[in-house]
Amino acid sequence: MSNQPANNRGATGKEPVAVVGIGQTHHVAARHDVSIAGLVREAAARALNDAELTWADIDAVVIGKAPDFFEGVMMPELYLADALGAVGKPMMRVHTAGSVGGSTTLVASNLIASRVHRTVLTLAFEKQSESNAMWGLSLPVPFQQPLLAGAGGFFAPHVRAYMRRAGAPDTVGSLVAYKDRRNALKNPYAHLHEKDITLEKVQASPMLWDPVRYSETCPSSDGACAMVLTDRTGAARSPRPPAWMHGGAMRSEPTLFAGKDFVSPQAGKDCAADVYRQAGITDPRREIDAVEMYVPFSWYEPMWLENLGFADEGEGWKLTESGATELDGDLPVNPSGGVLSTNPIGASGMIRFAEAALQVRGAAGEHQVDGARKALGHAYGGGSQFFSMWLVGSEPPTG
Amino acid sequence: MTAAPSPEVLRAPLVVEFPFTRSLGPVQSAFLTGLRERTVLGVRTGDGTILVPPVEYDPVTADEIRDLVEVAPTGTVTTWAWNASPRRGQPLTTPFAWVLVKLDGADTALLHVLDAPGPDAVHSGQRVRIRWAAERTGAITDIACFEPYESESESEGAGGTAAPAHSGLFDDLVTGITAPARLDYVYSPGRAQTDYINALADRKTVGERCPSCAKVYVPPRGACPTCGVATTDRVEVGPAGTLTTYCIVNIKARGLDIEVPYVYGHIALDGAGLALHGRIGGIPYDQVRMGLRVEPVWTEGARFPDHYRPTGEPDADYDTYKELI
Amino acid sequence: MRDIAIVAFAQSDHLRRTDECSEVEMVMPVLHSVLAQTGLKTSDIGFTCSGSSDYLAGRAFSFTMTLDGVGAWPPISESHVEMDGAWALYEAWVKLLTGEADTALVYSYGKSSPGSVRDVLTRQLDPYYVAPLWPDSVALAALQAQALIDAGETDEPALAGVAARSRGDAADNPHAQLPGARPQGDYLVQPLRTGDCPPIGDGAAAVVLVAGDRARDLCERPAWIRGMDHRIEAHSLGVRDLTDSPSARLAAERAGAFERPVDTAELHAPFTSQEVVLRKALRLGDDVRVNPSGGALAANPVMAAGLIRLGEAAARIQRGESDRALAHATSGPCLQQNLVAVLEGEAQ
Repeated sequence: MSNQPANNRGATGKEPVAVVGIGQTHHVAARHDVSIAGLVREAAARALNDAELTWADIDAVVIGKAPDFFEGVMMPELYLADALGAVGKPMMRVHTAGSVGGSTTLVASNLIASRVHRTVLTLAFEKQSESNAMWGLSLPVPFQQPLLAGAGGFFAPHVRAYMRRAGAPDTVGSLVAYKDRRNALKNPYAHLHEKDITLEKVQASPMLWDPVRYSETCPSSDGACAMVLTDRTGAARSPRPPAWMHGGAMRSEPTLFAGKDFVSPQAGKDCAADVYRQAGITDPRREIDAVEMYVPFSWYEPMWLENLGFADEGEGWKLTESGATELDGDLPVNPSGGVLSTNPIGASGMIRFAEAALQVRGAAGEHQVDGARKALGHAYGGGSQFFSMWLVGSEPPTG
Repeated sequence: MTAAPSPEVLRAPLVVEFPFTRSLGPVQSAFLTGLRERTVLGVRTGDGTILVPPVEYDPVTADEIRDLVEVAPTGTVTTWAWNASPRRGQPLTTPFAWVLVKLDGADTALLHVLDAPGPDAVHSGQRVRIRWAAERTGAITDIACFEPYESESESEGAGGTAAPAHSGLFDDLVTGITAPARLDYVYSPGRAQTDYINALADRKTVGERCPSCAKVYVPPRGACPTCGVATTDRVEVGPAGTLTTYCIVNIKARGLDIEVPYVYGHIALDGAGLALHGRIGGIPYDQVRMGLRVEPVWTEGARFPDHYRPTGEPDADYDTYKELI
Repeated sequence: MRDIAIVAFAQSDHLRRTDECSEVEMVMPVLHSVLAQTGLKTSDIGFTCSGSSDYLAGRAFSFTMTLDGVGAWPPISESHVEMDGAWALYEAWVKLLTGEADTALVYSYGKSSPGSVRDVLTRQLDPYYVAPLWPDSVALAALQAQALIDAGETDEPALAGVAARSRGDAADNPHAQLPGARPQGDYLVQPLRTGDCPPIGDGAAAVVLVAGDRARDLCERPAWIRGMDHRIEAHSLGVRDLTDSPSARLAAERAGAFERPVDTAELHAPFTSQEVVLRKALRLGDDVRVNPSGGALAANPVMAAGLIRLGEAAARIQRGESDRALAHATSGPCLQQNLVAVLEGEAQ
């Protein structure tokens, strides 16, 4: 335990933020055995166990999820206060579309960085089996043209635009799917465990929204993810190595606008640049050891590799094709199996953040990247407009 | 270019309705199955408090609680409110009282309704008992309502004695409920979109120009999203445009009666600052390409073009539309 | 802790219906107004945070389109809470406390007119045991009011007095939906009469937060946030003492509200009976000016009404009408969740 004053309120600058507890549910299509409270509780309890803390040690709870219509409960944090030990404590609810799991983590981290609280539980979830996500996303709003193509129809044209712009061969998407599904076999919490997966099977899967194949799309999952974030003092007490936050940022741009670049949105570039600046990263390709990026359709891996500065414009697919993003490559991307293998929508972003933290804690089990010291967690949502990212390291931030 | 008029805004009903499928977990499963069997269960917390209805987690300590007990179907009103005008979905269609009832053997109160002739027949401290629904499925509505109950004292029934433990086991446990929920809204799209929709009735596509950046928004949403100012000047765009990107849909979308495969594309109408979405027809799907010049095809009475078809013009050069994808 | 102040506040006129405006069309003038008060542009703002509800709008991701009114280009540092805007302000305050930003724009909005807000709010309740009974927001408040009456904490004439005072004060509020006292009317859900309940309507609000001396440059008398905290209670009404609000009291204590007396309180009490609960929990004596704006009884745009309390309290300090004010926001059935901020002006 640190000999520093317990609450260093006189200090200037931000309090460093550490991840000392991580928990997630086993993600599946439908968790028929638990209530919504039971689902979130499972992740939260695992995070507390990991940190060897109790409910009494938590100062505040920050929860996030995607639209309330997915479960049909308006502002479900009100009902979940009891299950998450929040009674008598502050509780907040974040909603920033698909990036929400990341944003929720960052809101929680700010409570510590600002020294408002010492130890915060943050959690994100989705229980998609309570309704149907496509119903929630396509409510029959009058006067509006009905969605003509389902979820993939939103993303596939952007993938085609990327392929055209980058001159990418149509084989790259399958490589990503094959990699992520194999990685998922090493992750006991992942939803899809396709034991007999082969590249040929991915390539032979039905073309749903050409150029996107069935095996290149994400599943619908029930699941939750939780983290315990704490300050230096809390980290000093941690029974296991913490992950340290070196940078975190959110960026938003409008949903649709003249000149919007759906292939490589400016908000994504700016968000990454801000995180790298905070973390002192000048060459992300060399300095970052593992990346958990939000890839709901396989082609988004090469797209985000460019957007996040791991490859020059038009070169992302070459990085994927080279094998660099494989678990044993020099820039492993989605060692957990990623969103392609697990997608409890509101939780997917937090799972990215948590998996990045697991890597630098050396606690990722079979999908551990050897010697990972710095990892990026990435989430995005809306019309590729909301971005949230953090960079975590095995050592405390300097300066 | 003309200044936007302010016609009567559009309104239409929007029904948001879904039968949510809720899994219960062990405690709620036992409670709701118990109701089906006319048995009321509570749960005992670490300090011996009996919570009815039983919850999975102690509201005070956050501990997981699983020790079920049985309480009486009789109890005492702790507070009430007279509802003279029942609303859709509420348990009774005749005027009733909302009540919090502390069942005999319980330390906390259950929210439900009380069937009583009028507000003068209701008071806090009143003794009530459950009136069971004739048909019970394992839901909170298996309690049809409470009804007044003449009893000498609260010590009758289970009250006054320690609530006996209950295994929570029943034959054919209810593990989930279907919770239908309907909300009725009247949707109005606002001024800018009303103008746009009204113009579509004349088969015209009318956008609005941003006074700051001069970009033309189609459909207009009332604000230029990059400048954060109101768009006002109406600009007719199209009718022809360029297919900037697309996908080929091979899977039938829910509730859509379109033969697959079909092409779903982004179409930048001539003069518009960004693309809108639509179906491409009149050309074999595998001959569709980026840069194809297209025009709308209308069907009688439709609010939007049914699809867009090739104009026969030469394809647009990539550089002319690459910012509009 | 860094000094942070509310330097500007703007709100729409609160109206029963605003069909002629989409949400962004309703919000944008408020954003322009609040920025104009400070002379700041969107590009000067370090952090933006908003609060709203999809269920109120009847559409998923409804907040994404409202962002159009901000002009988020080049991309901005931005977040959203599915809560009343008071919590968006809290998030922004925390962000400024970290030092990562020096200015923040906070806005929130709600249109209750498209749906039936009494029914919509039932969807907030325990989805297994309570929501299937569709107990509407007035019914739940009436249960609380009866509990207060039974406990001898109030009676119907006293509640009528709260209603009359609030709407009388709202006569001076050009944005109020119900300016001026009006008859108590019939029971909506007994013991609450129409007059005990808030109007249903649409509206928006925005504030600008600034850290440090910059606040003094932008505003003659900034409303300094001396403390802010929020707390939640158990969800089930049956396990709570409805005549008290321990979460409001704890939030006030943590916000430093009890360290010195306040002269003004803006309470987010949509029902007259809830003012009774809050006055007791927050230890507000008769010498404290409560809801000079008219409060939520005069205008209750759901998801914005809490932020408006913070804005009204700040505006009163800026006008020199208060030196130390308490602002309160609530969320959930029967005051389940409560936020308290303490605002101060410097010596005049």
